[in-house]
Amino acid sequence: MTIETSDPVLVQPGVPLLEVEDLHVEFHTRDGVAKAVNGVSYKVHPGETLAVLGESGSGKSVTAQAVMGILDMPPARIPRGAIKFQGRDLLKMSNEERRKLRGQRMAMIFQDSLSALNPVYSVGFQLGEMFRVHRGMSRKDAKAKAVELMDLVKIPAARTRVNDYPHQFSGGMRQRIMIAMALALEPDLIIADEPTTALDVTVQAQVMGLLAELQREFHMGLILITHDLGVVADVADNIVVMYAGRIVERAPVHAIYRQPGHPYTKGLLASIPRLDLKGQDLYAIKGLPPNLMRIPSGCAFNPRCPYARDVCTTELPAAVPLGTGRESACHFAQAVLEGEVAADVH
Amino acid sequence: MGRYVARRLLQMIPVFLGTTFLIYVMVYSLPGDPISALYGDKAADKVFVASKRKELGLDDPLVVQYFNYLKNIVLHWDFGKAFNGQPVWNEMKRVFPISLKLATVAIGFEIVVGVALGVLSGLRRGKFADRIVLVITLLIISIPIFVLGRVIQWTVAIKWDLTKPTVGGEAHWADLMMPGFVLGALAVAFLARVTRTSIVENLRADYIRTATAKGLPRRRVITVHLLRNSMIPMVTLIGTDLGTLMGGAIVTEGIFNVPGVGYTLFQAIRLKEGPTVIGIVTVLVLIFLACSLIVDLLYAVLDPRIRYA
Ligand SMILES: Nc1ncnc2c1ncn2[C@@H]1O[C@H](COP(=O)(O)OP(=O)(O)OP(=O)(O)O)[C@@H](O)[C@H]1O
Ligand SMILES: [Mg+2]
Repeated sequence: MTIETSDPVLVQPGVPLLEVEDLHVEFHTRDGVAKAVNGVSYKVHPGETLAVLGESGSGKSVTAQAVMGILDMPPARIPRGAIKFQGRDLLKMSNEERRKLRGQRMAMIFQDSLSALNPVYSVGFQLGEMFRVHRGMSRKDAKAKAVELMDLVKIPAARTRVNDYPHQFSGGMRQRIMIAMALALEPDLIIADEPTTALDVTVQAQVMGLLAELQREFHMGLILITHDLGVVADVADNIVVMYAGRIVERAPVHAIYRQPGHPYTKGLLASIPRLDLKGQDLYAIKGLPPNLMRIPSGCAFNPRCPYARDVCTTELPAAVPLGTGRESACHFAQAVLEGEVAADVH
Repeated sequence: MGRYVARRLLQMIPVFLGTTFLIYVMVYSLPGDPISALYGDKAADKVFVASKRKELGLDDPLVVQYFNYLKNIVLHWDFGKAFNGQPVWNEMKRVFPISLKLATVAIGFEIVVGVALGVLSGLRRGKFADRIVLVITLLIISIPIFVLGRVIQWTVAIKWDLTKPTVGGEAHWADLMMPGFVLGALAVAFLARVTRTSIVENLRADYIRTATAKGLPRRRVITVHLLRNSMIPMVTLIGTDLGTLMGGAIVTEGIFNVPGVGYTLFQAIRLKEGPTVIGIVTVLVLIFLACSLIVDLLYAVLDPRIRYA
């Protein structure tokens, strides 16, 4: 029964690039404490692409921001966990040490490039800033570097467009500039938080392709955050699926498409539009993601799970190993994987 | 850009005509006859009053008077004569530079202290420093300026003897520091509030998060990325302040004996000296219009998304 996967990345020896261990993040707000991340662990190796999936509010971005060290604390707090980058725990570093890693060793690409770029500075200034601040280059040299970067991400007429402002570019070009900015200092890790969500479908593929290509070329680790399973299939090596601040399933990418091992993943997969099922109603997971101030007891997914049994409301499911590099945090993981449990149709 | 400026300058003409005409009408509909008023409590000499009114053109229809007034300004840069026979322009030449100096001190103070307080409280939102700044600004806003002026004058000039209590006709920069401080106090308070709001709003912006993620030092994130984006409301406020501080410094100029625009205007209104009032207000209107044009042009410099064609 076990799924045959021999993903080269998973058996890679040596220290992983990034190891998130039992990370907890909570937000202290006036209304109470929102537990956005509740014990997330994942690893990224050099050259690996890890896709992080999950509905809105599942804690994907918060986890990433904790890694980058750009959470506003307060309101955020990290009560527990470790984030080891190249073997060193980021959470134990000084602010200044972490600042120097940002941009140089790890970089982030944001979703909405129009608001993520500063509207009042030219893209050349914003790209060149990386070299001026981190490398102490002169304005002129930095500008030349900016042009090089724009060429790298295939922006036509880079030499003239380097003085243009973000609003003068199309969405796709702007996102290329975000990518160029992240790549500027050749970091080891890139976190892309829904890098293509704001783009047209055709442009999405181009931008995603470019990102994947550059990632291979520079042999960087890439964390790709998305709620679009379709995007993931081509570029990711491994997937973690998040729900209510926990990882409910992790697997090599192709295994998960063939056989999801968690009811939530199953639901997500079923809700992708498919050409061969055109005309049929799209499946949607019923209900809404939980309120992070009152996460349901037991398995957080139980109120929405078609397979839920009594035990799901009382006991937090542990991660069940499902073969090479696979885990599912479901009491009935094995059965779900093999399609042996019947869903209660409510 | 050039065409935009030309259009704006053309648009100023009707605004200028409208406001000056309004002031003209208002001044000339003040009750009482200005010539008779010169006699004070004594009975006026009817013959003299009549001839003087004729000489000054006060018996012509209002519109004719206004037209002649404008004609003289445009053709001869002649703002008419005050009732004492002196050209109004001479008086203006004397008082405007003094007020400009005073306003410069006040605005310098406004910018340095107002921006500093605003940025501080914006960055420390909800913390102790923010509360302190709130209290200070509320105090300044609620204390009447003549109280503040008198207290500072007494403390700084008389008790501590750090500066002259009054300024006088020479209007040396050093003597203008204290009055400028008092005059700018209110503007400092308003600018601090506006700056704080703008900083707090922009602090949440995505590009600030990007700047942090780029590994820029916090100092650079604030000065280069945050401040620059927060400047439009600040510049708007400062731009309108120049006119206000020049023409509206009546109380401050009174307390510190600064023979500036506000004080002169106040006296002229009391004495119903039409030509002086109208001349001064006309120039103030011009200053306001010029400032608003400069502010609008600055918008385009501050935010490249704004383009004037
Ligand atoms: N500054 C904050 N203050 C309070 N709550 C926050 C803050 N930032 C995030 N959260 C909460 O943390 C939870 C997780 O947010 P996160 O942005 O990680 O979701 P996500 O998985 O990235 O979703 P999406 O797909 O919409 O981007 C959300 O419920 C959000 O409300
Ligand atoms: Mg997100």
